[in-house]
Amino acid sequence: MNSLFYQKNSSRNIGDKVFTSLSLICVFIAILPLIFLVTYILIKGGAQITPELFTLEPNPPGDDLDAGGINPALIGTLIITTIASIIAIPVGVGGGIYLAEYSKGGPFSRFIRFGVNVLAGVPSIIAGVFIYALIVSTKILFGSMYSGLAGGMALSILMLPTVIKTTDEGLKLVPNELRYASLGVGASMYTTILKITLPSAFRSIATGVVLGIARAAGETAPLIFTALFSYYYITGFGDLFYEMGSLAVLIYNFALEPYDAQNKLAWAASFILVLSILSVNIFSRIFAAFTEKTKRV
Amino acid sequence: MEEKLALFKNRKRFGIEKNIDIIFKNTALVLSSFVAIILLGIVLVVFFQSFESFSRYGLKFLVTSEWNPVKDEYGAFTAIYGTLITSFLSLLITIPLGVGTAIFITEDFVPKVFREIIGSFVELLAAIPSVVLGLWAIFVMEPFFRSFFVFLHNFFGWVPLFSTEPTGRNSLLAILILVVMLLPIVTSIARDSLNQVPKKLRNASYGIGASRWKTIFSVILPAALSGIMAGVLLALGRAMGETMAVTMIIGNSNAFSWSLLSPGYTISSMLANQFGEADGSQVSSLFYAAFVLMILSLVVNIFAQWLVKKFSLKY
Repeated sequence: MNSLFYQKNSSRNIGDKVFTSLSLICVFIAILPLIFLVTYILIKGGAQITPELFTLEPNPPGDDLDAGGINPALIGTLIITTIASIIAIPVGVGGGIYLAEYSKGGPFSRFIRFGVNVLAGVPSIIAGVFIYALIVSTKILFGSMYSGLAGGMALSILMLPTVIKTTDEGLKLVPNELRYASLGVGASMYTTILKITLPSAFRSIATGVVLGIARAAGETAPLIFTALFSYYYITGFGDLFYEMGSLAVLIYNFALEPYDAQNKLAWAASFILVLSILSVNIFSRIFAAFTEKTKRV
Repeated sequence: MEEKLALFKNRKRFGIEKNIDIIFKNTALVLSSFVAIILLGIVLVVFFQSFESFSRYGLKFLVTSEWNPVKDEYGAFTAIYGTLITSFLSLLITIPLGVGTAIFITEDFVPKVFREIIGSFVELLAAIPSVVLGLWAIFVMEPFFRSFFVFLHNFFGWVPLFSTEPTGRNSLLAILILVVMLLPIVTSIARDSLNQVPKKLRNASYGIGASRWKTIFSVILPAALSGIMAGVLLALGRAMGETMAVTMIIGNSNAFSWSLLSPGYTISSMLANQFGEADGSQVSSLFYAAFVLMILSLVVNIFAQWLVKKFSLKY
């Protein structure tokens, strides 16, 4: 009779409680770094934010107490990420369209999907090494070695798998009835894709692509020997072919400087980078949750 | 008949539209094959650039730790050892933490809202750039753990892994920052595979009187094991290739030591440090090291994919 009731002190119930607390401890340990990290960056980095930060060039490290600003790095990150997007988005969306709309699960498309996953796992520094060998050391871009353009190309290699994957998966979620209806009224395949399937998958593709861009903006390893770093303002189109600074490389370089002024600049740059990346992530999450709800209604 | 044929003729598409259709399809085909071209290009370029070093040092490169650009002697053992030890040990810490967290957010200990918040918190951690984690590691983590490392050395100094006096940046810090980076990967993949376990398995286990954790250990975890394994392998690949945070905190020393409390090197941090200024046969040796890293991560990734494909359709 006793065995029908919950026994607080039986070994199995005590064991259960122990494991439940253990998993709770895991959760705390997993979340603590994020909380520490974000608050620390917000406090330490936020304290360094001044209007001059956005307009000045960084001063070369030295005993100088005034480190200057991060304008070239900020603009550089925008330019390099834009170059990467200009390359990766058309190629990725086009490739995703082929995989989702044209391929019929044959060996070619299986190979490409496999390749996408493998490329996604290639260490980011290898992308830098590849572009270094292909573009920087051969001076193939009109004789320029390290350049913002080469940096953008290296980043585009990292963005490409994300873009293909989100396009492929976004298009696969579009119900086949839409395709049949469009083809049934006599539309050709490309009209169907451009006017029907791609627009209806636009939101999920856009969310994935934006997240991919946000990720690329924080990548450092592919840039340190392709785009290198620059202390000077970006003044014109021609600067694309020269060394170009970026927030990520600025953080790397200045974190390792022994001077306090440069360290502070690194914190300020981290603040801007983390704030923008986190807000993009949070907004796209809300956006995705919102669209999911409206779709169900 | 004639009439029908005319009708059929009128229904034909214009040649121009047909051509656009064909061009569109082939453009998409070419764009999708870019992935294969880039992948192949990476492997070939890195291989051919490393050829000079490969033919000179052969496999000896992998087991010697001399790295002397002046004498033209190169061996990457320190970096390879560093890559392997940091990634495996960090994974060893991450697996229980990540799987424990995943279990917590797939069970119903707390209301769903909280679980979703915890889940997205952990995923946000993955969005933080590794260079920022490195900065944080240098200025916050290193001072925080300094006295703990001294304690480790004093009490466990007889273990080879803790045998050196801790001096600032070291491999153990790199392992800890890797744990922070790998946690989101392992947690989110483990959560997804735990969620995929059919509910009836759980109900059956409860039905024959198993307790909650008995069910988790004997039914749910084994059923989700292949997915979790794949996530662990993906995390391993990421750990081996991770560059910035590790480079900033590992200390970058090519002097070989078994100890985790001494500065170390990984292949990727060696590349990050030396590639910009290298010339001559050093470049080729760096490419050789990059080739080793690439093969390591390719093998791990391909194995992970094979695992997913082989076991994912079980239910």
